Amino acid sequence: MAKKLPQINSSSTADIAFIILIFFLMTTTMNVDSGIQRQLPPMPQEEQPPMDINQRNILLVFVSASNDIMVGGERMDISQIKDKVKEFVLNPYEDPHLSDFEITEVDNLGSYPVSLGVVSLQNDRGTNYGTYIQVQNELTRAFSEIREEVSMRYYGRSFTELGDENRKAVTIAVPQKISEAEPRNIGGA
Amino acid sequence: MASYSSSSLSDIIFMLLFFFMITTTMHESEMLVQVQLPQASETQKLEKKSLASYIYVGSPTPQLRRLFGDSPRIQLNNAFKQPWEIGEFIASERDQLDEAERSGMTVVLKADQNIHMGLITDVKQELRKAEATRLIYAATRPEVYD
Repeated sequence: MAKKLPQINSSSTADIAFIILIFFLMTTTMNVDSGIQRQLPPMPQEEQPPMDINQRNILLVFVSASNDIMVGGERMDISQIKDKVKEFVLNPYEDPHLSDFEITEVDNLGSYPVSLGVVSLQNDRGTNYGTYIQVQNELTRAFSEIREEVSMRYYGRSFTELGDENRKAVTIAVPQKISEAEPRNIGGA
Repeated sequence: MASYSSSSLSDIIFMLLFFFMITTTMHESEMLVQVQLPQASETQKLEKKSLASYIYVGSPTPQLRRLFGDSPRIQLNNAFKQPWEIGEFIASERDQLDEAERSGMTVVLKADQNIHMGLITDVKQELRKAEATRLIYAATRPEVYD
C-alpha cells in the first residue's frame, strides 16, 4: 500500500522570494545615464591640409584657463553665448561677416537655406570641466532653440512632438555643427 | 474563521521579482574616484545601455587618497589607468559587442565637474585614436530650470 506523501509546507516560499526581491532592489539601478551627446572628429590621417572653410563660417568659442569665455573675438558672459550663436547661425540680416547659407532641398520640408556655419569650441588644458560643460550646454541650447523655431514654422508643432521623418528633415535643415578643435595649451596647467 | 490560501502569494512575489530583474541593471563597477557630475539642461538619454562603455575621471575617493594622492585619475573597469591604456580598453569593450552593434558603441564619460580639461583632452584624443567617436559627457539635469 502506497503511503500518502505529506504536503510540503509552502508558506515560506513567499518569504524567500521577498528576500530575493529586496536583494535585487538594492543591488540594481533603474536610472538611465544622460548627458550631452557629441561626435568626436576622427583622428586626422597623416599630413592633411587644413580644411578650407571660409572665415565668415567659423564662430570661435574659446574658454580660457581662467574660465573666461570669448565668442567671435568678444569676451562674454555665459548667458550671452546662446543668442550670439543663434544670431551667427541664422544670420537674419544677411550680414557678410556672419555665416553663409546654401539653399538645400530637404525631403519633407522643401528648400531651406541651410547654414554653413560651424561653431568651433576651443579650450585650454587648464579650463574647468564644469565650465566647459556649461558652455557645451549653451551651444546645444542654441541649436535646439533654432530647431524648435523651424519646427514650429514648418509643421506648427514642437520639435519633440514631431514624427521620425519630419524630425529628420529639421535635423538636416539645422545641422548641429559644433567642432571640438585640437587642444592647445596656453594657460599652462 | 477560515484562513485564506496564501499559496499564490509566492507566485505574485516571483512575478514582481522577474519584473525588477528585467527592468533594472546591475550596479556598475565600484567607484575608485569621486565624481560629482556637472549640471546641464540639454541632456539626452543614453539609448542602449548595453552599447555603453564607462570612463570615470576624478580625484581618488577619500579612503584611497592616502595611497594615490588627490590628483585626478582615470578609472576603467575596476582599476586606475593611464590615458594611453584607453585604446586597449576600447578594443576589449568593442570585442564584447556583436559585429552589427559595434558602430553604435557609445562612451559615457563621467567626469568630476571640478577637474581641469587637460586630462579630459587626453581622454578625448585617445578615444579619437581608438575610433570610438560617439561620446556622452554625463551630466545631471538641474532641479530648477531658468
